[in-house]
Amino acid sequence: MADYKMHILVCGGTGCRASQSEQIADNFKKELELQGLQNEIKVVTTGCFGFCEKGPVVKIVPDNTFYTEVSPTDVKDIVSEHLIKGRPLKRLLYYNPKNFYHVASTSNIDFYKKQVRVALRNCGFINPEVIDEYIARDGYSALGTVLSEMTPEEAIQIVKDSGLRGRGGGGFPTGLKWEITRASQNDQKYVVCNADEGDPGAFMDRSILEGDPHSVIEAMAICGYCIGANKGLVYIRAEYPLAISRLKVAIAQAQEYGLLGDDIMGTGFNFDIELRYGAGAFVCGEETALIHSMEGCRGEPTFKPPFPSVSGYLGKPTNVNNVETFANIPVIFNKGAAWFSSIGSEKSKGTKVFALAGKVNNVGLVEVPMGTTLREVIFDIGGGIRNGKRFKAVQTGGPSGGCLTEKHLDTPIDYDNLIAAGSMMGSGGMIVLDEDDCMVSIAKFYLEFTLDESCGKCTPCRIGNKRLYEILDKITRGEGTPDDLTRLRQLANVIKDTSLCGLGQTSPNPVLSTLDNFWNEYEAHVVDQRCPAGQCKSLLHYEIDPLKCTGCTVCFRNCPVGAISGEKKLPHSINQSLCIKCGVCHDKCKFKAISIV
Amino acid sequence: MKITSLADLRKIKAEVQEKIKLREYGENAENIVQIKVAMATCGIAAGAKEIMGYLIEELDFQGIDAVVTQTGCMGYCYAEPTIEVILPGKAPVVYGFVSREKAKEIIDEYIVKGEMVDGVIPVNYKTIDE
Repeated sequence: MADYKMHILVCGGTGCRASQSEQIADNFKKELELQGLQNEIKVVTTGCFGFCEKGPVVKIVPDNTFYTEVSPTDVKDIVSEHLIKGRPLKRLLYYNPKNFYHVASTSNIDFYKKQVRVALRNCGFINPEVIDEYIARDGYSALGTVLSEMTPEEAIQIVKDSGLRGRGGGGFPTGLKWEITRASQNDQKYVVCNADEGDPGAFMDRSILEGDPHSVIEAMAICGYCIGANKGLVYIRAEYPLAISRLKVAIAQAQEYGLLGDDIMGTGFNFDIELRYGAGAFVCGEETALIHSMEGCRGEPTFKPPFPSVSGYLGKPTNVNNVETFANIPVIFNKGAAWFSSIGSEKSKGTKVFALAGKVNNVGLVEVPMGTTLREVIFDIGGGIRNGKRFKAVQTGGPSGGCLTEKHLDTPIDYDNLIAAGSMMGSGGMIVLDEDDCMVSIAKFYLEFTLDESCGKCTPCRIGNKRLYEILDKITRGEGTPDDLTRLRQLANVIKDTSLCGLGQTSPNPVLSTLDNFWNEYEAHVVDQRCPAGQCKSLLHYEIDPLKCTGCTVCFRNCPVGAISGEKKLPHSINQSLCIKCGVCHDKCKFKAISIV
Repeated sequence: MKITSLADLRKIKAEVQEKIKLREYGENAENIVQIKVAMATCGIAAGAKEIMGYLIEELDFQGIDAVVTQTGCMGYCYAEPTIEVILPGKAPVVYGFVSREKAKEIIDEYIVKGEMVDGVIPVNYKTIDE
């Protein structure tokens, strides 16, 4: 074996791959060979580092130098400067916009400083396609210990003691779920991993499966032992080709090592895992719908009880957990329940991964202890709002969640606090909105999503949401009346109370939470016929200020519909009946003479 | 290859841990011995690459957890090869004219026993951080 003195870690997550990280890794290999360094320096493709905003990222160890926004053509410079001469390549280092310094080491980058990586512990550290690297990081030792030294009851007790709650959204205590499934008597039981991540903008589960698939496999086997199941199924959406391929590689490697299959580690315990593909229906993240989809039926939810732990897949007791929940399990056994429960807040233990997106500077995947405040996540880790704009709201919990405002910024994030604040944890999507976002349009956007994803089985969800959407649409078109706001709230509450499954019961949440927190904005739409954020096109028009207009003709030349007229060097004007409100003139004017009214 | 027992797994773990040792060191470099080898043109010409290889080998042989990295020119071109040694919690110390023998002495005396060795280049400049 070659004796490597350096490793080059190249991010192989979906985001970085989309910007040619595979090519970067290839170029490194070629360049190293050219310089005769291939036996001294090793190139490793890893999972997601989380700092997707600055991708593709490359990390060089043991120097811990973190390069951002690397392109395949930069490879030559990195090799000749950093690898041969030991000089970090300054132009590719992370640039801290706050103090104008270039930062080399990850431990000094604000984005990473407040993070605690438990579920993401191996993402960006190991090569997910090499089982040895996972084993080197304590992989499968939790499974080994549980199988050879513990009874299922003892193992379940550890999970209960840890205080781990389901990371898919509901926050049901994981240990309790395992206990209930164990108590169900049957000749066959199943462990199901819910990898049907459907919230718009969320990619936590995908990144875990891409960066550390073995942790999920190991946890599923532990769960199987605890509840008395010998079969595991991963329900994963077909839109995640990379996650599927890494998972397949990982399962094959685990089988080859005898860590899946019959008589695992000589303990007589049998367990194997199969994949089931989802077609990308949002409702299939709901466990009963998910199970029906796996059975080959329509992905429609059914009434609970019976819970899947009693009667699930093919009518057998089935334990359904989310990817991130599973990823926490091996660590809990390796480090102990007490260690895990020492992290987090009183009722929510451990950490939570969030997909930070929207109008924030550092878009990416962040993992923070429960109880971290929204302000810390958005302003310290996320680096604040893009282009120096003002923070308006943050949407958590996806289409089932709600919007939190400035007054919630110092709320510690955990399951109960978010619900008390009118939103929910959800699977961990976090979309930051700034002053330019219209809250009525945001509510409309989420409703459009649920409308599209509603399975149509129950009336409140199928028809109620449609009506709700129509009212919102009417408001954004400037045709709303104050009565509409009352009707909106009434209808939303009825849908919430009467829908069959979680999708319908939570679909009005974005409407209700924006009504609660941004009543003024709704009022402005229906009373003043005005959109304060300047988003609703029907409610705004562009005007040229004759005092500021210099007659430079830029707007005239750029207007796609010829709505602007005027003589050279004289103030121009807009013909409102022709204007399509595209905003080009507003963006192009150098004199700020065009305003949105 | 099948893993047939927990002991088996632990054995494999010990074997494969080597492969990612560099990365684990990198994550907690502040808590272990760090050595930076000046590897500019002057350093390379004076044999810094060979010294770096020797340091890695010898530290590994003695089972000392250490991060050996390259750095750019430190400015002591007259004293190449130069290396900077940082013991956990201590101020960095720069050694000049590091030959294989000197390197061995630095490991045996300074890194293992914490006793100063001849050949230290005193710091006589200021950086922007001070």
